Amino acid sequence: MPDAAGGGYWQGVARALRRDPASLASGVVVLLIFALAAFAPWLAPADPYKASMLRRLLPIGSAGFPLGTDELGRDMVSRLMYGGRLSLVMGVLPVLLAFVIGTSVGLFAGYVGGRWNMAIMRVLDVFYAFPSVLLAVAVSGALGPGMSNSLIALTLVFVPQIVRVAESVTTQVRRLDYIDAARMSGAGTLSIVRVHVLGNVLGPVFVYATGLVSVCMILASGLSFLGLGVKPPEPEWGLMLNTLRSAIYVNPWVAALPGAMIFATSIAFNLLADGVRSAMDIRR
Amino acid sequence: MLGYLLRRLLYALPIALGVTLVSFTLVYIAPGDPLNAIAPADAPADVIESLKVTYGLDRPMPVRYGLWLARALHGDLGASIASGRSVAAEVMGAVGNTLRLASVAAAVGVTLGCVLGALAGYFARGWIDRFASALSVVGVSVPHYWLGLVLTIVFSIRLDWLPAMGAGPSGSGEWAWDEEHLRHLVLPAATLAVIPMGIITRTVRALVAETLSQEFVVALRARGLGSLAIFRHVARNVAPTVLAVGGLQVGYLMGGSILVETVFAWPGTGFLLNTAIFQRDIPLLQGTLLVLCLFFVALNLVVDVAQPWLDPRMARA
Repeated sequence: MPDAAGGGYWQGVARALRRDPASLASGVVVLLIFALAAFAPWLAPADPYKASMLRRLLPIGSAGFPLGTDELGRDMVSRLMYGGRLSLVMGVLPVLLAFVIGTSVGLFAGYVGGRWNMAIMRVLDVFYAFPSVLLAVAVSGALGPGMSNSLIALTLVFVPQIVRVAESVTTQVRRLDYIDAARMSGAGTLSIVRVHVLGNVLGPVFVYATGLVSVCMILASGLSFLGLGVKPPEPEWGLMLNTLRSAIYVNPWVAALPGAMIFATSIAFNLLADGVRSAMDIRR
Repeated sequence: MLGYLLRRLLYALPIALGVTLVSFTLVYIAPGDPLNAIAPADAPADVIESLKVTYGLDRPMPVRYGLWLARALHGDLGASIASGRSVAAEVMGAVGNTLRLASVAAAVGVTLGCVLGALAGYFARGWIDRFASALSVVGVSVPHYWLGLVLTIVFSIRLDWLPAMGAGPSGSGEWAWDEEHLRHLVLPAATLAVIPMGIITRTVRALVAETLSQEFVVALRARGLGSLAIFRHVARNVAPTVLAVGGLQVGYLMGGSILVETVFAWPGTGFLLNTAIFQRDIPLLQGTLLVLCLFFVALNLVVDVAQPWLDPRMARA
């Protein structure tokens, strides 16, 4: 990206993203899914909780229910819209929490170095020895079903990964001459970390974290699918997939719909993350 | 070489110890009394006390950890609270099923990933490259439990080609490598294979494209080597990374098969974990977690040890 185009770093990244067709398309899809979820109370054609035994498991294309109804006769269009709210929160919030916690811990470990670094990184190595699905299931299984517990479990899964990224960048930056120069001109540790180190760390960590959102969506819905996340009758894509599973012999394609939403969202986030990664590399 | 092996082993041991500690403490952060699973709500206090002594719940935490670890090292993981059977026996039976599923899935996924990735890297920017990239994005984005459901709908319900559930015909407790059992393996293994396929395709494509652009390849070409001979050189450069990524993936599949096992009612460790969690069977949860994680640590060690065999430079580093 030529500097003549003007604007700051992030404007350059945004411009590169807009010029890449895959990023643009996936960005639009992500916005659309967010909008459908956010404005569900105004957009949804029916009450997502209103059950009726008279119209259970209507097929796709039924009159008044374009995507059919679920096993309790609730409108699928409305439930899919409302379901996006919890699914998106559960996909984004753990990554956001892990981003804040992981970056702080990584900055500390990388900047202080020495024994502290050693201690923190070796402890995290232990968490690395757990495959992420297993760790998420084990922690939320131990804490018991519920949304806040799976939030804790998912955050715990991502913190060590983000700490690793933040720590390695901090360790590299810390040795550079300009940090010594800043210290000699009287800058305190906190302001050096905030002004000179954080700026270098945020970029790589941000790129890494965007890639995690899709993983987190799949994991979070997977926990609900197992019965560990959101509890019924709350609409959430993973949970809907779970409760509709028994209906696959009656009405298979309605049962597959919530998973299709998870898939669409996760693929859009993945493509967007790929776009962000290459857009940010251009300027480096 | 021997020094390298020792260093790796010394590095893996504290991690394995840490894993045992996490597996042990994890289940004690759980709310609720584990005894609720066995004792009736109106059990008299002295019965509760004697149950506590039986399960060792009356002692302080570090002592319990020490005793648990000592017994675990002798292969005794305690008795399942819900079924009363030996946890070690239950876990070992289930691990066999999971291992079979995960290794078949990994073999299929890694092989497909290598072939696709190599073709994509060799014909970079061609149609096959685009096809492989699309497939790998799908592979890493698809919620595999949903893919399992869709495959069941298509191949079991609509076409009625393959069985939808279980690890063998009803009534058959033991696994056998015969047609009837293999038919049960197809759908879950195909579902699970998609994950490593996506990641390996991506890795191999990037590595092959990068290696092909290096000067030594140009030099080999200038010396008149054919494509096959050049391929051998590229393969040697790509192999160590593929081994590292592929090895990790096998481990992830062991843990990640929980969801797929649930979809296909596959009687593996995922099924066991599910039972343990919902019946609040703490020894079973601990044991399953421990065995799976130690397996993962051991697998990492094997990959580390195999690395210098493929890339002699590693042993000197």
